[in-house]
Amino acid sequence: MNVKRLTAGLAAAMMAISGFAFGAMAEGRIGAPKDKGLWLQDAANEQARRVADFNMELMYIITVITVLVFVLMFYVMWRFRAKKNPVPSKVSHNTLIEIIWTGVPIIILAVIGATSLPLLYYQDTVPETEFAINVTGNQWNWTYAYPDHGGIEFTSSVVDDATFADPAKKAAAEAELSNFLGWPAKMNARLLDTDNRVVVPVGTKIKVHLTASDVIHAWALPSLGVKLDAVPGRLNETWFEVDAVGTYYGQCSELCGKDHAYMPIAVEAVSKEDFAKWVERAKADYADASTTALGR
Amino acid sequence: MAHADPTGWKRWVLSTNHKDIGVMYIWFAFFAGMIGFGMSGLMRMELAEPGVQFLPEFLGITEQQARHMFNVLTTGHGLIMVFFMVMPALIGGFGNYFVPLMIGAPDMAFPRMNNISFWLMPPAFILLLLSTVVEGAPGAAGFGGGWTAYAPLSTSGHPGPSMDLAIFSLHVAGASSIMGAINYITTIFNMRAPGMTIHKMPLFAWSILITAFLLVLSLPVLAGAITMLLTDRNFGTTFFDPAGGGDPILFQHLFWFFGHPEVYIMILPAFGIISHIVSTFSRKPIFGYLGMAYAMAAIGFIGFVVWAHHMYTVGLDVDTKAYFVAATMVIAVPTGVKIFSWIATMWGGSIRFTVPMLYAIAFILLFTVGGVTGVVLSNAGADIVLHDTYYVVAHFHYVLSLGAVFGIFAGLYYWIGKMSGKEYPNVLANIQFWVTFVGVNLIFFPQHFLGLQGMPRRYVDYPDQFAYWNKVSTWGYQITAVGVLLFIIVMGITLTRKKTVADNQWGEGANTLEWTLSSPPPFHQFNELPKIK
Repeated sequence: MNVKRLTAGLAAAMMAISGFAFGAMAEGRIGAPKDKGLWLQDAANEQARRVADFNMELMYIITVITVLVFVLMFYVMWRFRAKKNPVPSKVSHNTLIEIIWTGVPIIILAVIGATSLPLLYYQDTVPETEFAINVTGNQWNWTYAYPDHGGIEFTSSVVDDATFADPAKKAAAEAELSNFLGWPAKMNARLLDTDNRVVVPVGTKIKVHLTASDVIHAWALPSLGVKLDAVPGRLNETWFEVDAVGTYYGQCSELCGKDHAYMPIAVEAVSKEDFAKWVERAKADYADASTTALGR
Repeated sequence: MAHADPTGWKRWVLSTNHKDIGVMYIWFAFFAGMIGFGMSGLMRMELAEPGVQFLPEFLGITEQQARHMFNVLTTGHGLIMVFFMVMPALIGGFGNYFVPLMIGAPDMAFPRMNNISFWLMPPAFILLLLSTVVEGAPGAAGFGGGWTAYAPLSTSGHPGPSMDLAIFSLHVAGASSIMGAINYITTIFNMRAPGMTIHKMPLFAWSILITAFLLVLSLPVLAGAITMLLTDRNFGTTFFDPAGGGDPILFQHLFWFFGHPEVYIMILPAFGIISHIVSTFSRKPIFGYLGMAYAMAAIGFIGFVVWAHHMYTVGLDVDTKAYFVAATMVIAVPTGVKIFSWIATMWGGSIRFTVPMLYAIAFILLFTVGGVTGVVLSNAGADIVLHDTYYVVAHFHYVLSLGAVFGIFAGLYYWIGKMSGKEYPNVLANIQFWVTFVGVNLIFFPQHFLGLQGMPRRYVDYPDQFAYWNKVSTWGYQITAVGVLLFIIVMGITLTRKKTVADNQWGEGANTLEWTLSSPPPFHQFNELPKIK
């Protein structure tokens, strides 16, 4: 059918437009939005890939439905305009067609459900993980703790506009970040970069425990397919894994007050060896949690 | 009628006449809508470019104040558009004016309660406006926690009296709506003209009946939830505070148990209006009348059992989410029935493209777009990347701003001749439609891209990568503002011009009872009840 081919073509074109800047950074991949982007951020792990595939399936289905409705409407408007069809018909019932347009959507929904529910259970079932990170949302920054690595704990805040605007300040912030990480690092984007980053090893399943110290926040990483609320008085649990070395960005996704837009999330994924080195460094500097307690 | 027609201020302030009260509701919705629209303008201008520059410059405040002010604007815009624009226009306005006319009743069942229903709205609105100028967050005016007012941001996060005023505002507006709803249910059940069985009743009356039931069942839950907020804030209770054994998520369950039916409260009356317009200008009876009526009833019923699809990322148990995914998707079925029945109504018709018909056609097309993105969002698996992004903003503005509001525009153009006796200027009205149509699509379609790319909602400032589509969206707003200006001009010309319309302005096809009366209808109609064959 023409309609289907047309929508498939459109969808493919959209994919092509949005996918032009795939990965390919010298120091690893950058998981962030793109200028004029139209589509999902490039998936950086299996979770995000499955979401992207499912979203693509949905996109095909809803495009076909929308085009069908539009084509029918425009045909009706053209074919049955008063000039062309001065005498209206009196038909107001047709049991068969009413059964069809009730039944066919049910079948379509069942098809969607067949992908949707397995994906949901895959996302929501935390597999065997190698270690955990405790994440606490505060107004307006994130505290990260590594309970399985000697209690490393630090707070990660946005790099403010003034720092980004001034090359000298930016260089100083990058130097500080490089010192924290133990290898040279660059700041990539205003309102996405943080002073410290969450460091994780690639190819490792990591459990995330989430809570908040004041109001509700949400820890979100679009390119990793993760989003979960940090709720005071509750401990939420999710998991993720990163495929490739790189920096992956996210932003707080639950309204949390004045600086809601100013508490991004930056995850630095490194090789397992580099991660082990970082843990040793960080233990020396950050394992004494008394100065970086929850909150301010 | 036993009493003389009141005149002057008494006619309006002491009004017990459903048509006068309906007209007051529409004027009220107009003024509130202008304020809500202005607030969205401030937000869109701020978001036109990365960085925080417009609000500080325009309002003469610091950047820090602007960050909070932006949240106050999102909150105010949401609350005003929901409670003080769409609901008063569709339910209080068109509902009051046309339900009695359509069912052949002389007035509403409880005319004095009708008066109170309306006159509670201005104080409620004043309370809400007051809440934006008194202290909310520490050291800052106004409540900036969103129309959802999630605890603890609405309790410990905003210790000032602003939130209390907003709560009172919703209490009062809620009481008004509940009384209105009781009035509609009683009127529709008891005051239909002889021979008008429930299965012969016009679809707009059906839509208001179902909406009234949704209001009666859902608003008390909101009232309870915000009262618990009030006592948490002021009297030391801890319903939503984990420190005292409470749970912030409880508030979300209560809020969305109201909040999800609320979105159907806003869209069902528009469904009713669109049905009449499509039928009138196709010169055909509605296709599948019973299916249409019971599709609305089904949407209303299912609307009560899907609320937690707003909460996929709060940490619900996976089986719970699976249920809400399945239940939510089911809503697509009766909604599809409505869309296809409208198309089938037009099929074989003799279609005239008047301005109300243009709005109705645009409604069907754009509601379809908003509906299918709703199917995407209903899936918790996909929602994990889309939740709380601009994709959601685009979705609900397609169904509400381009759905419910287009329903209001369609209804106004369809009935303004009946209500005022005057004819709208046709050419200018056509221009008004096209400008608005282009404008709103330009605002909201690019927001799908922003959402897919991950731009979160309720952000005063965003990473530079999002700049392009935000710029386009703001252009869309500017075009829409021209459309709104044209709308004011069109309505101004209509109400002041001499050109009058016939009793049945639209001729054959417009066959509900309001078209059997004069334009405008007499102060008291149906002194002798019409008989329906």
